[in-house]
This record gives sequence, structure tokens and C-alpha cells, in this order.
Amino acid sequence: MTVENPMAGPTSGRLTRTDVERLLTPDPGPSLLVATSLRRRVVDRLARVAMVLAFAVALAPLVWILGTVIAKGGHLLLQQDWWSETQRGITSRRVGGGALHAITGTLLQAAVTAAISLPLGVLTAVYLVEYPRTRVSRAVSFMVDILTGVPSIVAALFVYALWVTTFGLQRVAFAVSLSLVLLMVPVVVRSTEEMLRLVPMDLREASDALGVPRWRTVVSVVLPTALSGIITGALLGLARVMGETAPLLILGPYTKQLATDLFGGPMATLPTMINQDRTEALQPAVDRVWAAALTLVLLVLVLNVVGRLVSRRHRVAT
Amino acid sequence: MTTTVTPSAGAAPVETFHGRGRDRWADRLFRGTATGAGLVVVAVVCLVGAFLVVRAVPALAQNHANFLTSRVFEVDGGTLRFGIADLLWTTLVSSVLALTIAVPLAVGVALFLTQYAPPRLAGPAAAVIDLLAAVPSIVYGLWAVKVLMPYVRDDVQDPLSRALGWIPLFSDVGISSGTVLLVSIVLAIMILPIITALSREVFARTPRAHREAALALGATRWETVRTTVLPFGRGGVVAASMLGLGRALGETVAVMIVLSTLAPGAAWSFSLLNGGETFASRIANNAAEFDSPEKTGAFIAAGLVLFVLTFVVNAIARLVVERQARRGTA
Amino acid sequence: MTNLRGKRLGATLATVGLVGVLAACGSSAGTASTSSNSTGDGSCPAGTLNAEGSSAQKNAIEEAIASFGESCLDADISYNPTGSGAGIKQFTAGQVDFAGSDSALNPDKGEVDAAQQRCGAPAWNLPMVAGPIAIAYNLPGVDSLVVTPQVAAQIFSGKVTTWDDPAIAEINPGVTLPSDKITVFFRSDESGTTENFTKYLQAAAPQTWTAEPAKKWTGTGEGREKSSGVADGVKQTAGSVTYVEWSYAKDNKLGVAKVDNGAGPVELTGRSAGEAVSVAKVAGEGNDLRLKLDYATKAPGTYPIVLVTYEIVCSKGLDAEKTALEKAFLSHFASTDVQKGLEEIGYAPLPADVTAKVETAIAAIS
Repeated sequence: MTVENPMAGPTSGRLTRTDVERLLTPDPGPSLLVATSLRRRVVDRLARVAMVLAFAVALAPLVWILGTVIAKGGHLLLQQDWWSETQRGITSRRVGGGALHAITGTLLQAAVTAAISLPLGVLTAVYLVEYPRTRVSRAVSFMVDILTGVPSIVAALFVYALWVTTFGLQRVAFAVSLSLVLLMVPVVVRSTEEMLRLVPMDLREASDALGVPRWRTVVSVVLPTALSGIITGALLGLARVMGETAPLLILGPYTKQLATDLFGGPMATLPTMINQDRTEALQPAVDRVWAAALTLVLLVLVLNVVGRLVSRRHRVAT
Repeated sequence: MTTTVTPSAGAAPVETFHGRGRDRWADRLFRGTATGAGLVVVAVVCLVGAFLVVRAVPALAQNHANFLTSRVFEVDGGTLRFGIADLLWTTLVSSVLALTIAVPLAVGVALFLTQYAPPRLAGPAAAVIDLLAAVPSIVYGLWAVKVLMPYVRDDVQDPLSRALGWIPLFSDVGISSGTVLLVSIVLAIMILPIITALSREVFARTPRAHREAALALGATRWETVRTTVLPFGRGGVVAASMLGLGRALGETVAVMIVLSTLAPGAAWSFSLLNGGETFASRIANNAAEFDSPEKTGAFIAAGLVLFVLTFVVNAIARLVVERQARRGTA
Repeated sequence: MTNLRGKRLGATLATVGLVGVLAACGSSAGTASTSSNSTGDGSCPAGTLNAEGSSAQKNAIEEAIASFGESCLDADISYNPTGSGAGIKQFTAGQVDFAGSDSALNPDKGEVDAAQQRCGAPAWNLPMVAGPIAIAYNLPGVDSLVVTPQVAAQIFSGKVTTWDDPAIAEINPGVTLPSDKITVFFRSDESGTTENFTKYLQAAAPQTWTAEPAKKWTGTGEGREKSSGVADGVKQTAGSVTYVEWSYAKDNKLGVAKVDNGAGPVELTGRSAGEAVSVAKVAGEGNDLRLKLDYATKAPGTYPIVLVTYEIVCSKGLDAEKTALEKAFLSHFASTDVQKGLEEIGYAPLPADVTAKVETAIAAIS
């Protein structure tokens, strides 16, 4: 999607003398120079109030949610144990333990997902942008569109039906990562595509004129220029998949122990840690649920903020 | 050394051949890898589609009830009888209601950010609204049941059912807390940032000439917005709403946590104060209990319906965006 | 350009490093505690065990896992309370090592055969936890409520819809019942608690409750998943009622109804629950220890609605390390100390003769 410069336009958006003269020519009908009536001023005021109110109403849930999570879960996050202990040996009635197993699981699965979807997504975007449009590339673009619309539960269901029902394998963390890959790839492809299209043709042409091979142009000129945007897209995509819980419900049973083996046994993640105890009544469990929610929110927020900062500082000069 | 260079903007240059064989080989390899990546994506999507269809078809064939109109969903035991009428209703009602709540708000916020807010405030304010999209859906669900629900139940639902209970839409059917109304409110909060972001983009692209002409005619700021920004941005808002709708249709975890399920055989009701299940939440609720291929196939069939719905909605959004882009660049 | 490349490299290294450090931190925390006080006497097997199933026994098995883990630091046992139905299904699919279920494997549904196929040998139902099912309610101002099986069946099937209905009022003389609507919460997942409760309703009030007992609820109400979900629902809604294992009613501080099975209202205490369990008979053969409970009992002082959670295990078939760990853990779970400890959180201890049979069966697992 190209962003149109609002300053551009046939008349460059500025009132010219002819325009004003045309406007000031008297014609039958109410004079244009009459003062705005009270009714119109009131309506204008009301509209302004309504807009500000809309903004406040939109902001309210965010403030409320963040406030709730911080108030209810903040105190546990300040404890050293939260970041270095697991829930091994802890029950709903016992205070103690931490979220190390869940944090590690979330980060590990995210890392594996990124490791698979980033090369795949970036290369696909390169194929779509840097090479001529053929039937094949149109098909690829269409398929990416389809993939964008796959609901997370359907992606999870697919991996479950393939991995567990057909092949009879165990429900392991790698299967979760596979379904997350299905969700992350289209995000990476589309954002990388946009970034690559923003790189000016001049750069590519100059590189060609110097006799640089095609592949070298892409790798050494185009990709580095678009890099910050690609990183932003990757981080935003990662933030999105970290918060996805549907695949975890189907493919990732919870455990209280630390697990680092992607192919052996259950691995805990922050969303499953939250889901496990969300209806528990005893205070220790309730506190931990809120703390886990806050941890997850912080993780995702950090990724979002870093992604946006990276894009802001290194915007592609158009 | 032959070089073909196409200087037109936006089009990739046609294949250039350089003299050295090694480079040509490397070029081919690189192009092959990139094409390969694209083909992997195609293969994966085709595989997903084919696999799901292959799994769903036997279950559909053995279905003793009408898939589209039946309300029963019995998939245990020998006879398969499942229909998606209930699921379709709950999914559509909750998503459409969420849209009804979110779109006016989103348009208002987008207008505020582009037309009314001081420029220095607009950037950070937009970033803050975008943070709403960053909150994971399980945290939304958790907050909704623990914090929001009592307020909605006591301050919105109870007065509504007492005052307007004679309207079928608000009749009290005995579900206390996890109602379609509550879910719609939560979904509206979740899709608000998407609609706002896209509407903002479209409103910002209103040609300055239009706005200044209106101002020159003596229009107040609101009248300017009403006569230039809104008509210009109509298509974009529609597209944004479609994308938001797609998101709401596919939302799984927040709905699963918030919405109360109904007892089997519960009477049909049009009420917004009823419980139920959407496509996504039913699949998620039963995911631990897939033991036979037929049962899995029945749920996959439901998932495919959801997928088709989402795809259609997203396709409409894309079409509208393309039409808007073509109109806007004129 | 080198600057950007350096930045990218740096970012990748940082992320990899972060994950690596976290993983190392975790494993070093684990190894540190293992090396400082490992038992090393060989009676504590090492390994991982995964189980899934009944949410009714979740509080009990959690305690057993915690106490087992304190003495056996190399043993990692996970239990997921996803519901009895899900537990059995994952067990027969080979996804978990043993299942917890409030009802024994059902031969009519093919569960026995499916389990046998998974194990390559018969699967045994080992009763481990006896839990009373409380009829938990939330009625502000009402401290004591009596229900009979008939009234309970009417409430849970939707025939009685308000708290001040004459049917409830006449068995609760002197109690001011509000005129609020009754909100029923039921288990939306496949639940052994549902099966046991509906077995009770059918046995004790056959004219009023005519539906077949099953893991899927057939009455009226609003669905929540897992025991914690229904209990939480009742806690949040005034005028609501549900059937849930006693420990959840206790933790949520819900009112528990007295049940009048024909011999007068019986309050739910550890002793009254234990009475019903103590007269349970073993109905299975050999090491398959399915119990038969008498729900229609009219013995005085007996709380009739109890469930027994079975650990469904393969009699043989797991690898040597897992088998050793499973036997050690189950023995620990069935031991008198652990069973006694369960009483205070809302369970009833199994009678001695049943535990003796369970111990024999555990020893016979190979």
C-alpha cells in the first residue's frame, strides 16, 4: 500500500487567488461571509467533545487492564524467585515458586518459531518483490493471503490432526511451534514485502549498473536497506504469536517442571500457566495467575515497543 | 556483457546476465531458493486445505443431521449427528455486535487522532491505542471474567433485562454471567485498535484541497470532517471493519473463557443475554477429547466453515482497499 | 551497512544468549538442589511421568506429587486436570502414562478394549482418592440448606426454578429462602464428577431423574469447565448451585447442603463421607479394583454422594524407568500418611482393606 502524500495534489492543496476570487463572487443565495450560527457552533463543540470522549473510552480498557494486572500481579514479579524458580512442588495452597519454566517455554517456542518462519517469510517476500510477476508468484501471493486469514484454532487443529491423529506422535513443544509458524509466516511475508517495495528502484538500478549480480544486489543492498522494517515486522509477528493460546490448548499440556527438550514431554508456557489456574480460588494460585499475565503482557509490550523504536529510528528514506 | 534494465518504478528488472559463470550460477541458486520458499508456502497451504477437507468429508458423509441447520452436536458414540446452526448464530451475533460497538468508537478515535488532536500528541496517542492490540487474548479473557463481568452483569445486563426484557433480544434466559453481550464487549475492545489504525491511515490521506475548500467555505471543523473526511474515508472504514470482523470471528481463547456453554437441548433464544459457543470456542472446549477420526472430522468441518467465513470477510476487505487505493490516487 | 549488520548480529546473539542464560539458570537451579540433598539410596527412582484426567482429584494428587517430589528430587511428575473423559481419551491414545478418572473404564463404550490395545495388556482401575460431592450453593443469608434426592433432581433438571419453591421450602422449615431464580452450574467438559452425581440422582430419585448417567451433563443450567470453573461460577453468582468435589466448595467458601437420603439430613463432614466409602465393595476382578458405591443408602449418618477417583494404569507396557517411578509414586499416594493428609483438604481416606488391595495391584505392575 503506497502512502499518498497529503501535501501533493493538482493544486498543491493551497488556496490560489483564482480560488478565492471564485469563492468571493456573489451569487444568489445566502452570503458566505455570514458569521457561523449558534447552532452550528454548538454542533461543532459537541462533535469535538464526542471525539475526545471516544478517545477516552477507547483508552479506558487499556488503562484498566494494565492497572489490574499490575496491581494484582506486580508484587510477585518483584521477587527474585519468580524469575528463577519453577512451580515444581508447589500446590494451589502453597505460596512460592516462580515462572521460570513458563518464561523459558514461551521464549524457546518463540525462538524456534522465529527460526523457521523468518527465513521462509523473508525469502518468500524477496521472491514476490525482486523477481518478475509470473503465474507462480501470483499463486504464492494468493496463498499468503489465504494463510493470513487462517484462524489460529484451525491452524492448531491442522497440526494436531497431522501430528497426533495421523502420525501418532506425542504432543510436544515443536508441534506447537509448527502451528505458530503457520500463523507467523504470513505476517512476516507481508511486512517484509511492504518494506522491500519501499526501497527505491534507483538503488537496485545503480547496483545493476555497477555490474553486481542480482543475488548480491538483493543480499547486500536491498535487504540491508529494508532491514529495520523487516526486524519490526518480525518482532510484531513474534509478539502476536507469543500471545496465541489456541495452539497451546490443543498441543501443549502444562507441566510444573522446567523443560528444554522440544521433542520430549510437555513444556510449560505463560499462557498455559495462566489457563491452568484461572478459576482457582485460593489466593496463592490467584496471585500467580495475575503475575503470569503481567509477565506475558510485559514480554509482548517490550517486543512491540522495541519493534516500533527500531522502525522509527531507521526509516527507509523514500 | 548484456544488461537489460527496466527503469519503471515498481517493476522488478528483468533477468540480467553477467559475464562470469560463477555469478550466474549463484544467481540461479538464489532465485531458486527464493522460489523454493514461495513454493513451500504454496505447498503448505495446499496441504493444510487438502488435509482438513479430507478429514472433514468422511464425517460429513456420515452425518445423520443437516450440517447447516441442525442444532445438535452429538459426536460421541456410533451415530454422528452434528450441525452448526447454533455455532453460526453465536459467532455471527457476537462478531456483528462487537463491530457495532467498535466501529463508531474507532471512527471517533481515528478522527480525533487525525483531525482534532494537537500534532505532537497525535503520534504518542496513536501508539498508545495500538498497545490495545498488544495485549494477549488470554489476558483479555482473564480480565473480562474477573474484573469486567460483575460490572456488565450488574450495571448493564440486569437493568437491560428488567427494562427491555420483553424484547426477545434482551430477554433473560437464566444465564448469569457469560453472555453474548459480555463477549461482544470484549471482542469490541480487541478489534478496536485494528479498525482505528486503518481508519487513521485513510483519514490522514484525505486530500488537503478538499478540506481547505470546505474551510474556505466557512465550514466549522466538524462540518469539514462530515463533508470531506468521512465521505473520502468511507471505503477505508469499511475495509477496516471487515478486517476487524475477521479478527472477531476467529477469536478463540477470550470467547472460550468468557462465554458460558449451554446445556444440551437448551431452547433456542434470540437473546443477547444467552450463552453458547462460537466455532472457535467449541473446538477449543472439546480439543482434549478428540479420540476418533470421525469426531475430529466433525470439528474440522466446523473449523473449515469458520475459515471460509474469515476468508470471505478478508477478501471483501482487500477488494475494498484496492478500490479505495485506485480511487484515491486519481 | 556494516553497522546494521553488526546490530543485527548483536541482536541475534543477545536473544540467543538470553534464552541460553535462562535455560542454564533453570537447569543449574535444578542441579544445584539435586547435588546438595539427593537421597542416593536407590529407593527414589528418577524420570518423568505425565498424567491427565479428573479435576476432582486435582487437589489430592497435587499434594501427593508435592510430598513425593520433596523426597525424590530426580522425579518429575505432571498432572493435568482436564476432566475424566479427556484423561481416558489421552490415555488410550498413548499421550499420557496414566489417567485419573472418577469413573472406571466403561466396557460399553469400548474404553476397556481401547486401553488394552494401548497397553498391550489389560489396564487396571486403581482407586486412590475418595471425594465427597458437595451440593454447593451461594445464598447470602442462608447458612443451612437441606435437600432430598428428589428435590435435588428437580433443581438440577430445571423443574424447580426459584429458591422459595414449595418443594424446597417444605424440607427447610424455618429458613427464609429468597425468591431469586436458581442458577445451575454444570460441568461443560466430560466429567467423572457428573457421571457419579447423575448415578446418585438416578439411584436415589429414579422417578424424577430419568436420564442415563454419563460424563456429559443432561440437565439444565450454565456450563463451566473443570471443577474449579463450576465452583468459581457459584462463588461469583448469588443464587447459584452446583455439584462439585468437596475440596473446591471448601476453598471457595461455598455453602454445602445437607443431604437427606431418607434417614434425616446428613451434614458433609470427613466422617459422614468416610461412612459411604467404608462400605464400598470391590466389583472388579483380580487387580482391577472397580468399586461399587451404594448411592441410595439410607444408613444414618452417611453422606451418600461420594466419588472415587481411579488411577488407570497399564498393568505392563511402560518402559522400566517409568514403571519404577509410577509404582513408587502410586505407593506413596496410597500410603496411610498421604491419605490421612487428604482429609483436611476435603477428601475422605480410603478404607484399609481397599488400600491393601491397591498396594498389591501396584506391586504387580511390571
